[in-house]
Amino acid sequence: MAQGWLQIAIFLLVVVALTPPLGIYMARVYRNESVFLTPVMAPVERLTYRAIGVDPSREQDWKSYARTLIVFSGLFFLALYLILRTQSIQPFNPAGFNSAPWDVSFNTASSFVTNTNWQYYGGETTLSDFSQMAGLTVQNFVSAAVGMAVVAALIRGIVNRTSKSLGNFWQDVTRTLFYILLPLSIVVAVLLVAGGVLQTIGHDVTAKTVEGADQLLAVGPVASQIAIKQLGTNGGGFFNVNSAMPFENASAFTNFIEVLAIILIPAALTYTFGRMVGRQRQGWAIFAAMLALFLVLVIVIVPAEQHGTVAQHAAGLHNGGNLEGKEVRNGIAQSGLWTVTTTTTSNGSVNSALDSYTGLGGMVPMAALGTSEVIFGGVGTGLYSMLVFVLLAVFIGGLMVGRTPEYLGKKIEAREIKLASLAALFTPLAILVTTALAIATKFGRASIFAKGPQGFSETLYAYLSQANNNGSAFAGYTGFVQPNAPGNGGSFGITFADLLGGGTMVAARFIPIILVLAIAGALAGKKVAPVGPGTMRTDNPTFVVLLVGVVVLVGALTFFPALLLGPIVQSLSTQLF
Amino acid sequence: MKRTLITCVIAVVLFTAVFGLVYPLLFTGVSQVVFPGASNGSKIMRDGKLVGSKLIAQDFRKPVLGANGKPKMDEDGNPVMVADPRYFQPRPSQTTYSPSTTFFSNLGPNSTDAQAEVKANMDAYLALERRYDPTLTARGIPADAVTQSASGVDPDISKSNAAIQAHRIAAVRHLPMATVKKLIADHTDGRFLGIFGEPGVNVLQLNLALDGLGR
Repeated sequence: MAQGWLQIAIFLLVVVALTPPLGIYMARVYRNESVFLTPVMAPVERLTYRAIGVDPSREQDWKSYARTLIVFSGLFFLALYLILRTQSIQPFNPAGFNSAPWDVSFNTASSFVTNTNWQYYGGETTLSDFSQMAGLTVQNFVSAAVGMAVVAALIRGIVNRTSKSLGNFWQDVTRTLFYILLPLSIVVAVLLVAGGVLQTIGHDVTAKTVEGADQLLAVGPVASQIAIKQLGTNGGGFFNVNSAMPFENASAFTNFIEVLAIILIPAALTYTFGRMVGRQRQGWAIFAAMLALFLVLVIVIVPAEQHGTVAQHAAGLHNGGNLEGKEVRNGIAQSGLWTVTTTTTSNGSVNSALDSYTGLGGMVPMAALGTSEVIFGGVGTGLYSMLVFVLLAVFIGGLMVGRTPEYLGKKIEAREIKLASLAALFTPLAILVTTALAIATKFGRASIFAKGPQGFSETLYAYLSQANNNGSAFAGYTGFVQPNAPGNGGSFGITFADLLGGGTMVAARFIPIILVLAIAGALAGKKVAPVGPGTMRTDNPTFVVLLVGVVVLVGALTFFPALLLGPIVQSLSTQLF
Repeated sequence: MKRTLITCVIAVVLFTAVFGLVYPLLFTGVSQVVFPGASNGSKIMRDGKLVGSKLIAQDFRKPVLGANGKPKMDEDGNPVMVADPRYFQPRPSQTTYSPSTTFFSNLGPNSTDAQAEVKANMDAYLALERRYDPTLTARGIPADAVTQSASGVDPDISKSNAAIQAHRIAAVRHLPMATVKKLIADHTDGRFLGIFGEPGVNVLQLNLALDGLGR
């Protein structure tokens, strides 16, 4: 146990240490300053602008920025859907897989364009190498870049005092891709291959085992996809069991690299924020609020898993904790740490089976999702969602002390608060409505695997995860049935789950994005009031506590009744179902 | 609007080419040259034949033979398997150790199926090991030995699990206990930097090393 806490403490120290350097680097990228990669990447950047025919210096207001973003994402959705539906006639398909059915393809396209990476299919038994690379790996890059562009635009809205400009969408996306995501992906991918993760293209091979049986080893271009899957908080695995699969996460070393890659950019963006607004303490205040919530979750999940499950105790097993659905090389500490990291950051990759967690342990990822992904959160999405909560906290704080709320010198008025409230409430509302629909209808219940309260937990989790664009799952919940893999003949989707989930992912991604850009538009061009003795400070411990309080209250008020029906019942009861 | 649309179409094609094809294909090429072993799945060859992967557990059970000398079948038409006592046994697998069709067991924390599964695994473990390690009790069974891993192909077992099985291996193969313990230590992967993760004993490599002793 002590060893477990030591691992987690050192991991967090590494995160804190890497936050400033990467944060400064990203701030320079978004301010169009030169960085050490400029000599290499500037020609590529210029060539990109010329090829797509845009002028990166053309400033966009929030409406123009949002319009470009929506058209861009919409076309990518279409492209991905077409790739998935025409898989059978494409190259790099050594196993000869058929195309996935329309409903599953809709869900998958929605999932990857929205940075969710919810997967109803099993990668190694459904998708060709071409679909994995040209369909999914691309989305891992692009959807992450879109999220980061939005936060860059929001920060500019907060900073700009005279102009209504939020920057240029193409410039933000291109610079994110070539200066941040691609170089980091290459570094991480090299480390992963060095640590044993696969990277090959070609036919699966059959081994003759020691006992003389055949064992088919599925192979593919894994490391290149896993690197960006982690860095871009995407989470979609090459294999069905994601980063539990040794070919995807080979050792304690690769596990450390992968879990670090998940949280690296979201953490560093808080520093980028402080730097771009010119007040570093503001960035650290947000970091501190995120870290505090993160710690609470870790402190609950590790002992909960160490305790073991009701079913295991009933069978007479009392030794070593809950290892059902966990790998020996990761153990309980690294599984728990990963689970908290992946669910707080909208990543959604897993290195253990969440459906097999203890009742209390399984509630931790649900609680993480219930806070709307603001504890570090997805790349870009986490920070902009947290800034929405910051505005709400400033407003509530302002009401308490009887002052006009201000953030970084800008007055927060009715329009901003209305937009922020909508942005903060849309996702939770979507979750409750979709979960209710899925539980109340026989179409939704067809997806449930487990009996009793765990079946409810699976459903709640599915919509928590999809609406928050996370992608992790209580994986018993089914949207795609696939008897025996080769050629995946006889496979079919569960249409209701595919469509409801797909629609939720799209709505809960792009509606908040539009609202956030509208907030940025409302803040841009506002005059900045000088800091006086009466200004409510937003960079001290009091404000951090207030911010944490707002996040927890909104999440708890929304989800407590639902959590009671699932994980809390399971934690309190020793009954088996 | 039309202008935006055209720009976006070109961008979709361009980014797909760069990040979907150039990046993974180029990286595959480089990995194949620089890390040929790892990038192809850490394969293990024996006598020139592919015997498995270091990273992937395999089944060390053998079919039970019926009175007619043919493998006995269960009611589903699958051969009845029993642990091969000459080898260290990996963790139970919900996928019969398939690395090409992976899935989780998804056994929940208070599921009757989970209880039955763990109970059956514990009974089987005791039945196999207690003959050689009479001090072993149900309370002494390590969790990894009777629970299914996440991947279904977890290549490792815990050190305590290996230590229990060592009694059987030493007896069946007529090896000194010290030799078996030495082999276990040789095939134990430690924590990363001595800090991260948990130590694990690689079952396939350990079993191949046992066979390599020629007994």
